[in-house]
Amino acid sequence: MTTTASGELATPVSAPPGGLRRIGSARWRRRNLTFDKISFFVVFLIIPVAFYIAFVVSPFVQAVYFSLTDWTGFTPAMNFIGLSNYAKLFTDSTFLQAMGNNILMAIVVPIVTLGLAMFFATLVTVGGSTRGNIRGLRSSSFYRVISFFPYVIPAIVIGLIWSQIYDPSAGLLNGILTRLGLEQFTSFAWLGDPRTARWAVMFVIIWGLVGFYMVLFIAAIKGVPAEVFEAARIDGAGRFRTAISITIPLIRENVQTAFIYIGILALDAFVYMAALEPGGGPNNTTLVMAQQLFTTAFTKGQFGYACAMGVVLAVITLAYAGLVFLVNRIFGGKSEVGE
Amino acid sequence: MTQISQVGAAPAPSGERVSFEPAEAGGPPATPGDKAVTGFSHTVLIIWSIMVILPLIWVLMSSFKTSSEIFASPFALPAHWSFVNYVNAWTTAGIGSFFVNSVIVVVCALILTMLFGSMSAYVLARFSFPGNRALYYLMLAGLTFPIFLAIVPLFFVLRGIGLLNTLPGLILTYAAFAFPFTVFFLYAFFRSLSKSIAEAAAVDGAGEWRIFFQIMLPMAKPGLATVAILNFVGLWNQFLLPIALNTNPDNYVLTQAMASFASQAGYSVDFGALFAAVVITVVPVLIIYLIFQRQLQGSVSAGTNK
Repeated sequence: MTTTASGELATPVSAPPGGLRRIGSARWRRRNLTFDKISFFVVFLIIPVAFYIAFVVSPFVQAVYFSLTDWTGFTPAMNFIGLSNYAKLFTDSTFLQAMGNNILMAIVVPIVTLGLAMFFATLVTVGGSTRGNIRGLRSSSFYRVISFFPYVIPAIVIGLIWSQIYDPSAGLLNGILTRLGLEQFTSFAWLGDPRTARWAVMFVIIWGLVGFYMVLFIAAIKGVPAEVFEAARIDGAGRFRTAISITIPLIRENVQTAFIYIGILALDAFVYMAALEPGGGPNNTTLVMAQQLFTTAFTKGQFGYACAMGVVLAVITLAYAGLVFLVNRIFGGKSEVGE
Repeated sequence: MTQISQVGAAPAPSGERVSFEPAEAGGPPATPGDKAVTGFSHTVLIIWSIMVILPLIWVLMSSFKTSSEIFASPFALPAHWSFVNYVNAWTTAGIGSFFVNSVIVVVCALILTMLFGSMSAYVLARFSFPGNRALYYLMLAGLTFPIFLAIVPLFFVLRGIGLLNTLPGLILTYAAFAFPFTVFFLYAFFRSLSKSIAEAAAVDGAGEWRIFFQIMLPMAKPGLATVAILNFVGLWNQFLLPIALNTNPDNYVLTQAMASFASQAGYSVDFGALFAAVVITVVPVLIIYLIFQRQLQGSVSAGTNK
């Protein structure tokens, strides 16, 4: 068995079966298979991974299989019906409406949330004086702490709070609006009117998430060397110009991650809807795929059909993530402003 | 990785590069333009802060009102500052016992996932063996696919092993779904740690178990703290898994209990108690947040700035 200087096996062919090598340290030898090593790998890798496969991976795989059957769960009868569930799905107007609602939310929520978060983060980090060092605002940590509050409140509770705020007669929102003299809002049902329901719901999601991403962007901006900002200022770039041409390109990886996280959340949105619009909203204008899936599975017992919805949801999620990567690649990729 | 190493040790206000911290008094005088921008910034941020705080204060105030007072006016202060609503929420709605359920489930799941996650991440990060990459991508898949895809089969997996509608079943599921994130995060962390100490220990005759528990795990403390905090918040807020897999009302966790309480309150109209229940749910977490806010915000940026 030949080895290189670093101790790595030079010819992989000669590796022992199941050969385990320490990276960069003494090479693996058969007589190293002590009880210590074997028990170590069993407990550290095999048991946790088996557990993970049983509870996470296998349900994912089973879901794909179930989606091809007419299974109703509580009877053993499970007939393989090919893609019929999917065919049915794409003629199911309720589900298609839910899909449309989700897609609208996956466009509006990330753009508005991240736009606001970036705006606030910029104000906090570079809102101070233009003389001397680049400065943040006074009491910026106060704003950060306050804005972050909603992140630690469970989403279901956020939904419950806002369903009370939107209450037509006793809610805070209409109370404020009537106090301001806007009498037409005296008992306006924000969550009950098809014109406003989806925007009211999206506002709640945005309210809950802006602070989280603001903190994230502040941290990212602080990671940019100050010389970059100073150089831009010496070159005569104003604050707005700096934010658009320097800050955003430099933290584009963070922005991409944020877009993916929040997009996945908007394609789900189940928790918020469970609190705000459990019935799908007026004319189903706030119905989301996840709600439809949940009802189909656990109320109607159509498990095969529900799994097909799950697969569609997963495909859309992956497509969304792929789209974000693609857009990031098209608009400049990695090296617009070298670090 | 620099962010991560700061986290555990309460990141000091960034002194090293530029102070983005508040401008000290006595700096260069601000130009009129600066003053305008600063004023504008403060105005915008104060408006936003009010939008965040006002709903919470309103909930707090409403939690002391009777239902008829709540309907009478959204602004009026309660006539009597009594804790009747809190007593009702705690006893009749049973928020107290659901709180305990939540603590049990989240703490047990957290311990399990941190133990399994750190062990697997360590093996994946430090040893190369056939299938290493495949396992890594398996974790990535678990992170990306929506839980909704798994929820129906998961229901039958738990029913099959007799753990449906039980707290242990919920604990195992929580731990399993937090596992890929834990591994993913700690994988990067273990890779960034120096190998030389572990190698020195191996030369001195320490076995793999000892190297992990006595050397690597203590070195990884900042990373562990970060992941633990993020997992805690995530699991505490979990809603879908319990409502699908834990439908026995005695075993409800706090989030699902709140949802069911609210839908009942819609008919029996004890809105005062609902507001009180919201306060009971939010306040402990908010206090913990205010104590640990530096670490938590550090964790958030470390967790996503990789």
